[in-house]
Amino acid sequence: MQPSEPILQTKNLNVYYGAKRVVTDVTLDFVRNRITAIIGPSGCGKSTLLRCFNRMNDLIPSATITGQVLFEGQDLYAPDVDPTEIRYQIGMVFQRPNPFPKTIFDNVAFGPRINGFRGDLPELVEMSLRRTALWEEVKDRLKTSALALSGGQQQRLCIARALAVEPKVILMDEPCSSLDPIATLAVEDLMRELSQDYSIVIVTHNMQQAARVSDQTAFLMASQERIGELIEFGESRQIFTNPQDERTEAYITGRFG
Amino acid sequence: MVELAGRPPASSEGYRRSHDWRRRLPERIIGFSLLLCASASILTTVGIVSVLIFEAAHFFGQVSIFEYLGGTRWTPLFASKQFGVLALLAGTILTAGGSMVVALPLGVLSAIYLSEYAHDGVRRVCKPILEVLAGIPTVVYGYFALLFVTPLIRGISENVAVFNGISASIVMGIMILPMVSSLSEDAMRAVPRSLREGAYALGSTKLEVSTRVVIPAALSGIVASFILAASRAIGETMIVTIAAGQNPTFTLNPFIPIETMTAYIVQVSQGDTPTGTLEYQTIFAVALSLFVITLGMNSLSQFFVRRFREVYQ
Repeated sequence: MQPSEPILQTKNLNVYYGAKRVVTDVTLDFVRNRITAIIGPSGCGKSTLLRCFNRMNDLIPSATITGQVLFEGQDLYAPDVDPTEIRYQIGMVFQRPNPFPKTIFDNVAFGPRINGFRGDLPELVEMSLRRTALWEEVKDRLKTSALALSGGQQQRLCIARALAVEPKVILMDEPCSSLDPIATLAVEDLMRELSQDYSIVIVTHNMQQAARVSDQTAFLMASQERIGELIEFGESRQIFTNPQDERTEAYITGRFG
Repeated sequence: MVELAGRPPASSEGYRRSHDWRRRLPERIIGFSLLLCASASILTTVGIVSVLIFEAAHFFGQVSIFEYLGGTRWTPLFASKQFGVLALLAGTILTAGGSMVVALPLGVLSAIYLSEYAHDGVRRVCKPILEVLAGIPTVVYGYFALLFVTPLIRGISENVAVFNGISASIVMGIMILPMVSSLSEDAMRAVPRSLREGAYALGSTKLEVSTRVVIPAALSGIVASFILAASRAIGETMIVTIAAGQNPTFTLNPFIPIETMTAYIVQVSQGDTPTGTLEYQTIFAVALSLFVITLGMNSLSQFFVRRFREVYQ
């Protein structure tokens, strides 16, 4: 397997809510161990697109897709694919920190437990918390409620929770939108570090953030009919300094959005 | 009052005066009438409790509280009077406990189904139907128990008496089922969607999401629904009067005739017991005991809701 081989691909992907098309004809390659940002104005379908990768849209009864989503070359929407297996390999971090109302330990141990982890659970929890630089802050209160943590700590806990099942890809849906600038910086540093071992796809409407952390950027925009389409995709450096499409340029220079 | 700069004093003065009494007087009248309405229920409660205490005090003037709470035979209407409330309490605990055995699993499982599994269309149909159960008059339940459930049970075993605890328990369980399922479902649906998504994103199945995230997060509401349903079952009168018998027995055997505290009160109030007699006062002692039990249960439920409620962002 070559390092540049795409870990995730979409081919002519369309997403519908009921009869309404919300994302149209997206063809994208996501490179292994890189950070790919999906940017675009509100309502352009970037979160919807992200949720195709771990089949989170399955939870919305009216959502359907056409086209293909490939994970390591395997069609995620093939009939014999179990979505819970997918989500085990493709983790997700949400817009607002959503720790379970359990202890810090139980939050991190949740995924391994349901997935039948048989190794040393405390060690795995410690490792996951260390990876998110949370261990030193919480090691003395692992048995206290995760809801007592600050917002930034909660979000890092949610990242640790996702890491504990050892996924290959981490999807992040505006992970810093409810965090203050310092907590945001901590999460961004963490993402840079995690990209050594994981492929990360991040949805953000913060262009500075996309420019700071991502290797590649996809720009989505909604058409007149409010159908999200892919406008431009490329290396972040090129997108943010020398965009090819005038709509991309208009967006990143702040003329709308 | 501080005058705002730039406002003409004369006109503002006139404006304020008409504003004052024309609006404040009706406001006071309304406030007072609302207070009266609110106090109606409070005064009633106070009245009921004082009557209970007053009459029960007469009773306990003649019967020792130790005999009352410690005795196991209850025969105040017979020549040889004995006042052991445990015989009635056993009947109440048996039927209420039995009904909880029916209502808890069924209620929680239907709540899980309605909240986590059912499609919107199914839920829109199912939930009202389930709640219709709560609207059936209890006397109908009583005869349903006596004339339908009891023959079924006696069809299985001849040794079951016509009046028995089990039939009343089953039917009472069905009666309180909507309370458990509806309140539990409300509690489960109040669990934020983001928690479910978090669990799904880690590879949970629907069952794991339900049992490991939703139920623990909704536990305070679920337990509160149990306790409310239990206190409803303890206070329930008609079903047990009709189907469980009028035979105070200190037993937890569900197949023989028993009598609950509520059924005893009905029995005495229907009879020709003269007011002011000791027999008559027994019902106030029993009613006060019932009141204390259900009050305790309701306070416990409040405590649970407060103590274990998780605060979400």
